[in-house]
Amino acid sequence: MNPAFIVARREFAAYFATPVATVFIVIFLVLSGALTFTLGGFFGRGQADLIPFFSFIPWLFLFLVPALTMRLWAEERRLGTIELLLTLPITAGEAVAGKFLAAWAFCAVALALTFPLWITINVLGTPDNGVVLTGYLGCLLVAGAYLAIGAAISALTRNQVIAFVLAVAVCFLFAAAGSAVVTEFLSARLPIMAEIARSLSVSERFSGFTRGVIAAKDFLFFASFIGFWLFVNAVILEHKKAD
Amino acid sequence: MTALIEIEGLTKRFGSFTAVDGVSFSVARGEVVGFLGPNGAGKSTTMRMLAGFMLPTSGTARICGEDVVDRPVAAKRQLGFLPEGAPTYPEMSVSDFLTFCARIRGFSRTEAEARVAGAMAMTQLEGVRLQPIETLSKGFKRRVGLAQALLHSPPVLVLDEPTDGLDPNQKHEVRELIRAMAAEKAIIISTHILEEVSAVCTRAIIIANGRVLADATPAELVKDGRSMDDVFRSLTLGEAA
Repeated sequence: MNPAFIVARREFAAYFATPVATVFIVIFLVLSGALTFTLGGFFGRGQADLIPFFSFIPWLFLFLVPALTMRLWAEERRLGTIELLLTLPITAGEAVAGKFLAAWAFCAVALALTFPLWITINVLGTPDNGVVLTGYLGCLLVAGAYLAIGAAISALTRNQVIAFVLAVAVCFLFAAAGSAVVTEFLSARLPIMAEIARSLSVSERFSGFTRGVIAAKDFLFFASFIGFWLFVNAVILEHKKAD
Repeated sequence: MTALIEIEGLTKRFGSFTAVDGVSFSVARGEVVGFLGPNGAGKSTTMRMLAGFMLPTSGTARICGEDVVDRPVAAKRQLGFLPEGAPTYPEMSVSDFLTFCARIRGFSRTEAEARVAGAMAMTQLEGVRLQPIETLSKGFKRRVGLAQALLHSPPVLVLDEPTDGLDPNQKHEVRELIRAMAAEKAIIISTHILEEVSAVCTRAIIIANGRVLADATPAELVKDGRSMDDVFRSLTLGEAA
């Protein structure tokens, strides 16, 4: 088996061996549920779909995913286990991929546990379950994008607070890049930048998925976005492993 | 005798501070080298560069002929490394942790099981195999780290303070273990305990301020009738005095 998968399996088990898993999942479920039903007007809309739920996910992940990633490398440094992990016969890339896959699988578990919402809309009406599925796929890709950013930043500093704040800030940049405020501001002054900002926006790419559209270019965007940040992570790790 | 560890002009600078300054030596199969020096002398830094954890500023290190910078994975395959403080994942059980290390080293599930059982037998860990590592005493944790370094029977062992925190009986056992393995391996151990050098090492390298001050057999170091303590003090403080 590829060493990356062995690292991933260990990491994944570690989430559930500590209170991290419980706290994260409970808070995620409570917040996503509360937002969907209150601000999202889940019942009042009179439509059997998960649009209100999906619309909050990128903003919820904006804070929760960096909380997950801030400890990824910082914890290894604190325990000294980074010295053990990186002196095993694996490359930095394999270690990075392993940690990312574990965190991503963990996010997938948290997302899957929102299934009561899906059951609810199926009881109340006849939703398009294909759209629900692409919506969930989009959520997972957003989580992956934020995870990749957060993991790279976590390798940069041994201070978990700094890692968290920086990761939120960078994720926010990519979440807000496609918002009306930003694009209107930019298109009035720098029309080229507005186009670039929108094309780099995670939330803009995500919105297609919530409408049931899997565009190849959006999929490619997420894949290369994640790949880019994982590459950055491996480079940082290779050069800063000891300090 | 073939040199399994070759270090040439290894240098590590942190900003303007030179932690390791042109260290060169080689270790052949059958040798146990005691790496001695005061705190901050550069022992751990040298070992970390040898293990591929730190990149040298200049110079090279090779393990079984594999350059640790150019071919890190190949070099690490031949190496068993116990980092300073024997770090382990605290929430894992002893056998889970060792199985993880064995699997990463490419052993199949059944092979890994046998390897882990063998390493636990060598380091007397069977009694605590299912306990989470965080609940173990310092001596046990150190032995878990040691077991991790031994389980793939590497030709090269680099052990940073393997007996630190062990009681006298455990120290004796670890020394016996090192002595028993010595014939077919090249081993470097760092230590503060000078008696350990005379007890297990075939050669002692004394390092201070990043430079090698002495490289001789323990017997040669004390041949003028002085104690190991005196030799160590005069060498490491001698430059200032």
